[in-house]
Amino acid sequence: METLNYLNDGHGLASWLLTKDHKRIALLYLGSITAFFAIGGFFAMLVRLELLTPAGDLLASETYNKMFTMHGVVMVFFFLIPSIPATLGNFLIPIMIGAKDLAFPRINLLSWYIYMLGGIFTMVAALSGGVDTGWTFYTPYSTAAANSHVITAALGVFITGFSSILTGLNFIVTIHRMRAPGLTWFRLPLFVWAHYATSLIMILGTPVIAITVLMVAAERVLHLGIFDPALGGDPVLFQHLFWFYSHPAVYIMILPAMGVISEIVQAFSRKNIFGYSFIAFSSLAIAVIGFLVWGHHLFVAGQSVYAGMLFSILSFMVAIPSAIKVFNWTATMYKGSVWLQSPMLYAIGFVGLFTIGGLTGLFLAAMGLDIHVHDTYFVVAHFHYIMVGGAIMGYLGGLHYWWPKITGKMYPEPWAKLAAAIVFVGFNLTFFPQFVAGYLGMPRRYHAYPPEFQVWNVLSSAGASILAVGYVLPLIYLIHSLFYGARAATDPWGAKGLEWEIPSPPPTENFEITPIITHGTHQYEPSKEVGIA
Amino acid sequence: MFTNFPFFPQAASAQASQIDAVFFFMLAVSGFFSVLIAALVVIFAFKYRRRHDDEIGEAIHGALALELLWMFIPFGITMVMFAWGAKVFFDLYRPPAGAMEIFVVGKQWMWKVQHMDGQREINELHVPVGRTVKLIMGSEDVIHSFYIPAFRVKADVIPGRYNTLWFEATKPGTYHLFCAEYCGTKHSGMIGWVTAMEPAAFEAWLSGGRAEDSPVAAGQKLFQDLVCVTCHTPGAQARGPILTGLWGKQIELQGGGKVTFDEAYIRESIVNPQAKIVAGFQPIMPTFQGLVTEEQLLQLIAYVRSVAQQPAEAAPAGAGGAAAPAPEIKR
Repeated sequence: METLNYLNDGHGLASWLLTKDHKRIALLYLGSITAFFAIGGFFAMLVRLELLTPAGDLLASETYNKMFTMHGVVMVFFFLIPSIPATLGNFLIPIMIGAKDLAFPRINLLSWYIYMLGGIFTMVAALSGGVDTGWTFYTPYSTAAANSHVITAALGVFITGFSSILTGLNFIVTIHRMRAPGLTWFRLPLFVWAHYATSLIMILGTPVIAITVLMVAAERVLHLGIFDPALGGDPVLFQHLFWFYSHPAVYIMILPAMGVISEIVQAFSRKNIFGYSFIAFSSLAIAVIGFLVWGHHLFVAGQSVYAGMLFSILSFMVAIPSAIKVFNWTATMYKGSVWLQSPMLYAIGFVGLFTIGGLTGLFLAAMGLDIHVHDTYFVVAHFHYIMVGGAIMGYLGGLHYWWPKITGKMYPEPWAKLAAAIVFVGFNLTFFPQFVAGYLGMPRRYHAYPPEFQVWNVLSSAGASILAVGYVLPLIYLIHSLFYGARAATDPWGAKGLEWEIPSPPPTENFEITPIITHGTHQYEPSKEVGIA
Repeated sequence: MFTNFPFFPQAASAQASQIDAVFFFMLAVSGFFSVLIAALVVIFAFKYRRRHDDEIGEAIHGALALELLWMFIPFGITMVMFAWGAKVFFDLYRPPAGAMEIFVVGKQWMWKVQHMDGQREINELHVPVGRTVKLIMGSEDVIHSFYIPAFRVKADVIPGRYNTLWFEATKPGTYHLFCAEYCGTKHSGMIGWVTAMEPAAFEAWLSGGRAEDSPVAAGQKLFQDLVCVTCHTPGAQARGPILTGLWGKQIELQGGGKVTFDEAYIRESIVNPQAKIVAGFQPIMPTFQGLVTEEQLLQLIAYVRSVAQQPAEAAPAGAGGAAAPAPEIKR
């Protein structure tokens, strides 16, 4: 009865662990990043529990420091960076461009193994005693003072970087070389544009963090004087190298989410995007300008005031392409046929939270104001609005939107709407109070804090528990839908795009015949020629 | 349960209002745009909600005029934010002349403060209101960051170099002092209090207690003990540059180039004397890295600076062998 598709084409563990199918590799990634998300979330819970009271009474200082470090390392390197590209991107990019697979299927599988190896190193570091440097590994603390498993964790980050580089390389070659006939650059889905820009950052930026963590390891082991002034090094050099990657890495996390939102807003407004080329080029603009703003992390580190001004003005400029996207998404809903299914709820939530996250980034780019808010909870709130309010909302929205395609099953819509609402409320309650605590002056990474900050921390911890419910719910009903969900149609949303023209779940080779493309995606008006020729 | 429910930090320095003004401007702009976007999204979601299954949206591909509008208006606004933020930063970057100087050393996990009159404090800083205070800060180990929220000032304290920070307290009171850069296990314990006092009360505080040697006097003793005095004062054995009159001058270097004779150069010449040799001298000075603590370095610099500020002809006060026997150096 059941038709042959990528899920039942081969059974047993080996058929998964040795697969070269981009769709199965996407699912390998989906399982692994979900596990890492749970681990990172567990560390976050301990942090929020500790901060319920001003005294450092739940964990020892050392343990607390390890918890926020591991939370950052796991969430950034093992969840956020691979989240959308390695799962949804891996699954959808070949389908969206009418190809049977990525350009290098074996390298795709290799990148998952490298990712897992890096993850194992990091987990070994965590289990064998942890690392307490903060995910930023600032020197000379990390090289000269920290008495924890810095090298193991740094190696984990170093190794997993190669998986990022290989994925980026694979995407770039695939998008350049494997588009179906007629699929010109300006007919590409915006999801693909976003991943193209992301891949550029991955291959240009990741080698720098790899070199940087290697230098940290070299200084720690061999006492080469690179960063430690006692050995003749320069501690601030590390910050330049680190943020040269790690600021663009923020765009590795948010650009794919922006691509997801572009797709969802079109599908659930039944309308093509407003200002296609502005959205497409704004992704590239973010990727390029994003490489030139790292110095805004060093305004109070004694950086030259003129360098600071240059970084400040560039940081303001990188906000413009993001603003363009937000305005265009909003305009896309105008005169649309808006269907408030759960993916669209996540997309609307994304637009609101990303707007706040982006605008508060401007506060930090303003040099005079940054003196006060730098290294306070204001920064923590800002980047969680981008990472959690932006990237994770985008990820969850995309996961729901494409879930019927990926699994061939429908998830329960009422539960999904409820979860989206809980995530939105829980998120704001968790992170909005941190803006207030930050402007009041509460420094980040504080195990104990003066009592006047307590009320904001209690609100934040309460919000975090609500947020946790919002994350556990989808885990339950999505898994449940795998077994009990209704069979998904080819195009359950009435959306337009190559992925909605092949069966759910897709066959292993995606397309029986290579499609010929005559127009861009999301063209809903019936007058034009529709469908693959 | 919570008696203390603060929304906004106290503002107790001259620069606090400048920084808060930028904040409120940006808050207003951000609030406007957040509400605008949220309102549009909610209105569109309601007004254009799908009424039957086959409904499709109207094909609108874009409008160049709108795109340009929402590109250039935000650009203009952000440039105002940039200029304002940069101006405030620039104004706060250089301390006004005649500021009262205080040395601060950060170490895991405490702040050590020494006033020019010799008064020392740990995790506390007493300052007079109405007077500009300049902190000269160094670190003994890792990077720290000196942060007084009520004054809206913060600067990283970095090993191997000096960072400065200045403020003018305006309201007497006691304010939080935090370390803002993660520095290890007891990072959140590296906190203290800043007490701003009326000038008279401050003078009384300064003269009370057990004042120790001023940094200049302590530095002078070190200058003797470490036998810097042999080479750097006029005499038969003077094999290094004589320090008087050098302060702020451009110094010619061996192999070309120049360097300004300032705190940073003095520091470098003590810990890494081979780095920049003054023209006409031999690279014979040994390094003192590891032999002097960060605090002693600050004292040595204070003394060298006091000598270098004297006119070149005058002999440095008390630099001869007739000085009183040097007492034990206090850590």
